[in-house]
Amino acid sequence: MTKFDTRIDFYPTNEHQGIKYRRGRVLPFGSTLVPNGVNFSIYSSAATSCTLVLFRKNGATPFAEIPLPDEFRVGNVYAIIVFGLDYENIEYGYRMDGPYDPQNGHRFNKDIILSDPYAKAIGGRDVWRDVTNLDRLYPFRSRLVFDDFDWEEDNPLETPMEDLIIYEIHVRGFTAHQSSGVRHRGTFAAIREKIPYLLDLGINCIELMPIYEFDEYEHSRENPETAELLVNYWGYSTLNFFAPKAGYAATGKYGMAVDELKTLVKELHRNGIEVILDVVFNHTAEGDHRGPTISFKGVDNKTYYMLTPDGYYFNFSGTGNTLNCNHPVVRSMVLDCLRYWASEYHIDGFRFDLASILGRAQDGSPLNNPPLLESLAYDPILAKCKLIAEAWDAGGLYQVGAFPAYGRWAEWNGKYRDTIRKFLKGEKNTVGQLSQCMQGSPEMYICRDTTAGINFITCHDGFTLYDLFAYNSKHNEANGENNQDGNDDNDSWNCGCEGETDDAGVNFLRNKQIKNALAILMLSQGVPMILMGDEMGRTQYGNNNTYCHDNELNWLDWALIEKNSDLFAFARHIINFRRQHPVLRNKEHYRNRDYKNSGYADITFHGTKAWYADWSETNTVFAFMLDGHHAKNGFVQDNTIYVAINMYWDALDFDLPQLSENRKWHVAINTAMAHPDSFYPHNEEPVLNDQHSFIVGARSVVVLVGK
Amino acid sequence: MEVIIHTKKDIVYITIQGSIDSKTAGDLQARIMEKLADTSKVILNFTSVDFLSSAGLRILLMLYRQLNANGGKVLLVGVSEEICDVMSMTGFINFFELFDTIENAENQLN
Repeated sequence: MTKFDTRIDFYPTNEHQGIKYRRGRVLPFGSTLVPNGVNFSIYSSAATSCTLVLFRKNGATPFAEIPLPDEFRVGNVYAIIVFGLDYENIEYGYRMDGPYDPQNGHRFNKDIILSDPYAKAIGGRDVWRDVTNLDRLYPFRSRLVFDDFDWEEDNPLETPMEDLIIYEIHVRGFTAHQSSGVRHRGTFAAIREKIPYLLDLGINCIELMPIYEFDEYEHSRENPETAELLVNYWGYSTLNFFAPKAGYAATGKYGMAVDELKTLVKELHRNGIEVILDVVFNHTAEGDHRGPTISFKGVDNKTYYMLTPDGYYFNFSGTGNTLNCNHPVVRSMVLDCLRYWASEYHIDGFRFDLASILGRAQDGSPLNNPPLLESLAYDPILAKCKLIAEAWDAGGLYQVGAFPAYGRWAEWNGKYRDTIRKFLKGEKNTVGQLSQCMQGSPEMYICRDTTAGINFITCHDGFTLYDLFAYNSKHNEANGENNQDGNDDNDSWNCGCEGETDDAGVNFLRNKQIKNALAILMLSQGVPMILMGDEMGRTQYGNNNTYCHDNELNWLDWALIEKNSDLFAFARHIINFRRQHPVLRNKEHYRNRDYKNSGYADITFHGTKAWYADWSETNTVFAFMLDGHHAKNGFVQDNTIYVAINMYWDALDFDLPQLSENRKWHVAINTAMAHPDSFYPHNEEPVLNDQHSFIVGARSVVVLVGK
Repeated sequence: MEVIIHTKKDIVYITIQGSIDSKTAGDLQARIMEKLADTSKVILNFTSVDFLSSAGLRILLMLYRQLNANGGKVLLVGVSEEICDVMSMTGFINFFELFDTIENAENQLN
C-alpha cells in the first residue's frame, strides 16, 4: 500500500519548466530542507520581483528560473518550496528586480544572479586557490547543507573566562608549511591532527581568524619584485556570514566543509579546548560603488549598507563599505548568524573585528546605547558565549575601556599591548601602567571583572613576538605598496641590530625578551592571548601587515620547535605555570587588603626594596607578591607568588618580602639564566639559599614560589 | 548504484556497487530499512563503492543509529582509503568498525 504524506504542504501546487513548487514559509530565511523539497525565503525592502535561479552543481548555465508569483510574497519576504530537487547537487541564487537609483540607495539589477545572504554554504572556492571558477557566470553560488550533525554528548565548554588561555590561529597558516607533517595541510582536519600539540602547549582555547566564506582572489595582484601572486590571505572580507570557508576544508571539494568543521569543534571540545571565531560584521566583500555586486548590494543595498546622503558608501571599515549593523533587519541577521554558529556549530565565543562599527547609528554616528550590542549581550542563545570586541574602528572610534559592555562584553586590550611593549623596550614612565596591566587593568575596568580585558602583546595584525625584538621598523616591501602600508607605531626594539644576525649577544637578548614578554603575559590577571608561533619564535622578517601572503611569511614553520627548543620549552612551562596557579586567575579585581586574615594583602607591591614600589618616572623595575590565601578571590588555596621584573640594563639586587609560617621562597622562573635553568618544573623548584634577597639579571623576569 | 542484500544465519549482508549520493540514498535507505526489522547484525560490503557523498554518510549513520537503538551492530568491509579519509575528516568513522574482509567482520560478530 502506498504511504500517503500526512500534510497538504507536502504536495506542489504549481509547475514551471518542469519544476514543481508551491508557496513557501517566510521563516526561517535562507534555504531549509523540508519534506519532499526545499523551502527558500528571502527579504528585500524594495525589490519589485524575485526569481529563483537553479543550477546543477558547477553548471555553466541555470537549469531553471522560477519567477515567484506575487502571492508567494508576505510583506517584503518572498518564499517558495521547490519539490524534487537533488539537494546535494544544486546551487541557487536570485534575480531581484527593482529601481536602479544609487542616489536613493537602490542598486537593483536583474541581470545579476545574487547569492542568498542566508545561504549556509557557498560554492566557487571549494578548494583553496583553485582557479577553475574564476570567470564563470554567478561565481559565488548558494548551496544547501545538512543540519543533522551527530554531536553526541558535546556542548560548548563554558570554561570560566578567567581560566582561558587563547591561541590565535590562521587555519591555513597553522599547517600549510610542509614541516607540519599533517595529511591535508592548511585545513580544519589538519588542526584536528594538531590537537596533541595544542594540549602539550597548554592552551585551552583557539581563536580562528575569519572562517566565513571569502574570496582569496579578491584584489589579488602580482608582487612587483617577485611576480608572486598576492592574495586575500587573512580573509577579513566576508562573502557570506553563515557559510564556512570551503577551501579550509580538506573535504570542501566534496561539499562536506560543514561536517569537517563541526567534527573539528567536537574533537577540540572533547580535549577541553574551546573555539572562538573572529567574525567580521563591519563590512562585506562587495566594496564601494566600484565593487562587485555579489549578494547584499543587489538584494537590498539600502538595508544592508550605511550610505551617505547622496547614496555612496560610508567607509568606517577602511575597506570600501560598512555593514548597516543597527538597521533592525541587519541586526536580526547578525543575531540569527551568531545563534546559528553557537547552536549549529557549538562555537564557544566570538571576537568581533572592528566592533566599534557595531555601535554606530545608520548615519555613522556613535550610539550611546547600541541596540545590536545590547541584543547580543542579552540574547538567550548566546548567553554563555564569550563576546569579545576589537573596540575600535577605522573611522577613528577608539573605545578600549569604554566599549558598551552590558556586563558581558570583553575587549581586546590594546592599551595592554602598547604598555607592555613600551616597558619591555625600556621606555621610562611605564611602571605605573605596567602595574595596572598586570592587575587586569582595574583603572579601565573598575566596574567590570579582570576578564573584561583580553591581554595580548602580539596578534595577527602587526609584528610577531620575535620580530618585536628583531626590528625597529616595519619592512613591508613584499606587500607591493612601497612600505607605506601597516602600522608605523610598533613600540619595537631590535636589541642592537636590524633583522637576522649572527651576534650571539643580540640573539640571547632577543630570546630573553621574548621569554620576558611571555612571562608578563602569563603572570597578568585578565585573559591572555598568544599569537600562533610566538611560542617558537616565528618571524615575518619584519613585515607587520602580512594580509596578502600565502607563503612562508605566514606559514608556521614547525622546525622552529627544534631550532628554538629552549624558547619553546619555556613557553610551554610558563603557560602551564599559569594553569597550575589559580592565584594568577582571579575573576574579581584585587582589593589591596587582607580579607582572608592571612597576614598579607591579596596583592602587595615591591621594588628593589621589599614593600617599597618605586613609581617614579625613571624607574624600570617592578615587583609584586600575590598571596596564595587569596587565590580565586579567596576561594582557593595556592602558593604565594613573587614576581620581580627588571628592565634596567644591569643586574639589580631585590630584597625579598618575608614569608610567614616557615614557608620558603623557591625559584620557579628566571629568564636571565640560559636553558635549562630558566625555569624549573612544578614541584621541583629549588629552594633559595638566601631567603632575604635575590639578584635579578639585566632585562629579566624572576618568579619565586613561596611554600 | 546496485544493491544486493542477502541473509545468512542471523547476519544481513548488504553489498553496494557504485556511488551513494543524494540521488541514490533514498532508494538505498528504503531497501535497507525493510530488512532491518529482522536483524541486529549487518555487514556492509563497500569493496565496490567508489563515492560516498554527505547524503551517503548520513544513510550509514541512520543505519548505525537504528541498529544501535536495538543493541545491534553494523560493520563495514572493504572501505577504500579515500572514503575512509573522508569519513575520518567528517567524523563519521567514529561510529563504525572497519574490516578488511567479510571473514574478519563475521568473526567480530560471532
